Amino acid sequence: MEKLSFRHATRTALPGTRASAITGVVASGNLEVLLERNLAPDACHVEIDTAINGYGEVWAAVVADFVARRQPGGLTITINDGGARPDTVSLRLAQGARLMEAP
Amino acid sequence: MPDETTPSARLAAILAALFPDGHAVAVADGLVTGDGPFGEGRLAVIGIDSDTALGIEGACLLAGRVLDVARAGGGTPILVLVDSDSQRMSRRDELLGLNEYLAHLAKALLLADAQGHPTIGLLYGHSAAGAFIATALATRVLAALPGAHPSVMDLPSVARVTKLPLEKLEAMARSTSVFAPGLDNMVRTGAVQVTLDPAKPLGAQVAALIAEAPTSDTRDALGRERGGRPLAHDIAARVMREAEGRVVRGV
Amino acid sequence: MDWKPVALSTAPLDQSWYEASARARLAGLLDADTFEEFIGPAQRMMSPHLPLFELPRAFDDGMIVGRGRLDGRDVLVAAQEGRFMGGAFGEIHGAKLVGLLRAALAVKPAALLILFDTGGVRLQEANAGETAIAEIMRAIAVTRAAGIPVIGLIGGRAGCYGGGGLIAGTCAHLVISEGGRLSVSGPEVIETNRGAEEFDSRDRALVWRTMGGKHRRLIGAADAFVDDTIGAFRAAALAAIPTAPTFDLASLEAEQARLEARLARFGDAQDATEIWGRLGVNDPAAVPGLTTEAFDTLLDSLPERPHHAR
Repeated sequence: MEKLSFRHATRTALPGTRASAITGVVASGNLEVLLERNLAPDACHVEIDTAINGYGEVWAAVVADFVARRQPGGLTITINDGGARPDTVSLRLAQGARLMEAP
Repeated sequence: MPDETTPSARLAAILAALFPDGHAVAVADGLVTGDGPFGEGRLAVIGIDSDTALGIEGACLLAGRVLDVARAGGGTPILVLVDSDSQRMSRRDELLGLNEYLAHLAKALLLADAQGHPTIGLLYGHSAAGAFIATALATRVLAALPGAHPSVMDLPSVARVTKLPLEKLEAMARSTSVFAPGLDNMVRTGAVQVTLDPAKPLGAQVAALIAEAPTSDTRDALGRERGGRPLAHDIAARVMREAEGRVVRGV
Repeated sequence: MDWKPVALSTAPLDQSWYEASARARLAGLLDADTFEEFIGPAQRMMSPHLPLFELPRAFDDGMIVGRGRLDGRDVLVAAQEGRFMGGAFGEIHGAKLVGLLRAALAVKPAALLILFDTGGVRLQEANAGETAIAEIMRAIAVTRAAGIPVIGLIGGRAGCYGGGGLIAGTCAHLVISEGGRLSVSGPEVIETNRGAEEFDSRDRALVWRTMGGKHRRLIGAADAFVDDTIGAFRAAALAAIPTAPTFDLASLEAEQARLEARLARFGDAQDATEIWGRLGVNDPAAVPGLTTEAFDTLLDSLPERPHHAR
């Protein structure tokens, strides 16, 4: 098990009013993502608990890419990972952001 | 394989201690049924002896005896004596609905207890998995004699499933009671309420269990007190509070 | 069995129960937007034990409990996520259902629904899981005796095995689909303990006709057989509420008679098809391929209807 933590500044807040959302399931090759709107509108924190050690750089890149694309300002994103591939991680993050953007 | 039509030495000793004036408890195919004089009335007995696996016929027979006691009324307590294997593992048992037979036996015990027949489990040997749930764990109070050795799964099997080395599991088992086999660990989770004292008369100890049996399920509270299940009681209580609207929940 | 997409529709009620997550099942089963979770994921009540085994945790520990409405009626619900740790019962997972059942006495819902999806006890927390199962069964008996129907829905990936099978057998009413498998020891467990001659777990057709939904419905272990859609489970759960038997001596006496009769009639059967033949099914070999509609027609045509005292 490995814990990773990333802190990003965003240009804007993520739109929408939903306070929290969850997507995905902890299973082999899958992950769950919990999103909570509880930070300043220009901050995004991502906390990861992963079953597979040694992929910190890959996680950093996937998270940075997500933050750059979606500008998820205001969110704490907490991830329980069962060993998902980067494309699955990106998909779940995008799903989570979409849920939070719902009016 | 022990002779399955006579009680094992341990069971015979338990019956002799409980019923000094004799009893009508019989053993057939490892299944224990009958009763004997106890205090002012009678004590009904069902059970499993000699590490016997519990299959569909056994569960059906024992449930029938429990329902006989419930039908007769009168508050006769029921003692469930257990030295069993796990549930019988076979294609035929599952084909015919083993889950229904085991659940039916547990329900019979739960119903009898609710109708005023205190159910007391006494673990004096092994028990595991579905057989344990359907018998000993379906009683109001579960006691054990020293030397009893319940398990959900033995460590080599746990090692196979979890793919962890056996030596590591053995080391973990010494400090973590939540997964490790054995009586002490089942006491810590609250599943086994009390270990009896073999130096004291058994009948008096069983009579005390009947007299002092808690009316509600206190196993999770015991598990918290004893440290074997640190969170279960609080989690259940929290769900109750939220369901009953006694807290204002956050988002 | 092959799992065809049930419909090209995107409507929640048309989605496959088997493929859906526990949360999606709840969202579709209940009236829209009525589900309210107790100890939701944001509370992060996760297993304290899994990290010892280097295993990832889930925010809800694989058990989602809460309340909602079913066709306007207040119900309490519990759903297992079969993809997390095989839906197995651990300390928190089990305690959430214990608490929900205990709460039912005060809340007095129209029903309490359990969406099973479980391999049994979580070995990493075996003693806590096993004890929780016993607590759940006792709480179900108390809840049913108070007149609250406890209804089980079985159609998930993990099936309903081990202690889950015993809990299911304690419910007042069971709804099962083709994908639902209900038993105590799973095929792999029997094969590991007794060999492939006893049970070849790779023979999927054998697994399905020994433990699957149609067989369980035919012998009376389940009360309703439904299509693998969220809508079908919803309709069957609704229909079950007024019919669920209470928990009393009469119910258990009737179940005793039912189970004794089964032993006497089918105790020597070698295979499910033999049992189906004796029940009056003309072409037992065709049963696994029947649609739900054809299967219901078959049930109606049998000389005796299964009776469901439980």
